[in-house]
Amino acid sequence: MIEHYLSIILKAVFVENLALAFFLGMCTFIAVSKKLETAIGLGFAVIAVMTITIPVNNLIFNHVLKEGALLWAGIPSVDLTFLGLIIYISVIAALVQILEMALDRYVPVLYTSLGIFLPLITVNCAILGGSLFMVERDYDFVESVIYGFGAGAGWALAIIALAGIREKMQYSNVPKGLRGAGIIFIVSGLMAMAFMLFSGIQL
Amino acid sequence: MGIYKKTLLAPVFQENPIGVQILGICSALAVTTKLETAFVMCVAVIFVTAFSSLTISLIRSQIPGSIRIIVEMAVIASLVIIVDEFLQAFAYGLSKQLSVFVGLIITNCIVLGRAEAVALKKPPGISFVDGIGNGLGYSVMLLSVAFFRELLGTGRLFGYPVLLTQVVGGWYSPNGFFLLAPSGFIIVGLLIWALRTWKPELREEEE
Repeated sequence: MIEHYLSIILKAVFVENLALAFFLGMCTFIAVSKKLETAIGLGFAVIAVMTITIPVNNLIFNHVLKEGALLWAGIPSVDLTFLGLIIYISVIAALVQILEMALDRYVPVLYTSLGIFLPLITVNCAILGGSLFMVERDYDFVESVIYGFGAGAGWALAIIALAGIREKMQYSNVPKGLRGAGIIFIVSGLMAMAFMLFSGIQL
Repeated sequence: MGIYKKTLLAPVFQENPIGVQILGICSALAVTTKLETAFVMCVAVIFVTAFSSLTISLIRSQIPGSIRIIVEMAVIASLVIIVDEFLQAFAYGLSKQLSVFVGLIITNCIVLGRAEAVALKKPPGISFVDGIGNGLGYSVMLLSVAFFRELLGTGRLFGYPVLLTQVVGGWYSPNGFFLLAPSGFIIVGLLIWALRTWKPELREEEE
């Protein structure tokens, strides 16, 4: 059992890295990786939000939306899967809002350091993508907690690494037209190539 | 008429959402291994951007400022559900290949960006045209990435053999690298480079 969970987490972090293998959360990935500090802040915010939203969406999917899931309510023949997208995005938006308020109230230090990133996360496709992959792969509740944490950690790892490279890159002489966005894509491409090495691992 | 034409064509090159504003990249990279999937994705995005801009623009004076993001999300998500259901009904194979990426149009920054920047301020007609224009700008970039990836990766275009591969007695040996994730990043990087060399005014300032 432990091996199974370990393989989910390792797969989510390295082999199927959301940023570098599935290109999710690219807009924030490119825009917020200028400084290492902010990248670390955003990385942790993503881990927190994914570890919460994916299991919650998992519960909603398994107990409300899935075909026959409404058996407990006495209406077994209803299939609400088509409502999935709108429900997941609302859950994410609502949870981000709640998390923001809770952090503000109970952990003000964390709130001030993550503060500006939390609203940004609602439109980060890595979060919604994580929920959709969870549904596609049919994870149960425990698996979804582990997958959420792993996927978030993988994304955080990628953005922190990119921010580190970008800070060093300020000393390099990049061709004029390539400066800014162009070179960042090529650097991410090289990072993705490095991460591809993990894809040979059988778990 | 002039302003409509300008709104329609400006986002295609001058203000290209992917190449210049760096928005909506996630899906641009993931679905571009084949022209066919890229094309379907383009049609879906044009449909969603155009009609979400139109709808939001129509109700723009009724939306309270504080909950506008949720309202916009609801409009966009409903349109994406229509697209998703349509694809599952009429092109099941394609919808399986696009997997989660149709759903991810919801969080495509281009759609929300147009809603925020244009649809909330301008009348429906111009917002609709602006939506189509930005969808087209996205499509130009998406199709050019897919063109290179499919041609170099398999020697085919839209599934038809163009470069004869060695397997069938031709000369071209397909470069499998172009079907993998890193090549997407690198091709977009090179396209942005080309675009900025062609139009130097788009270059970024020194950081």
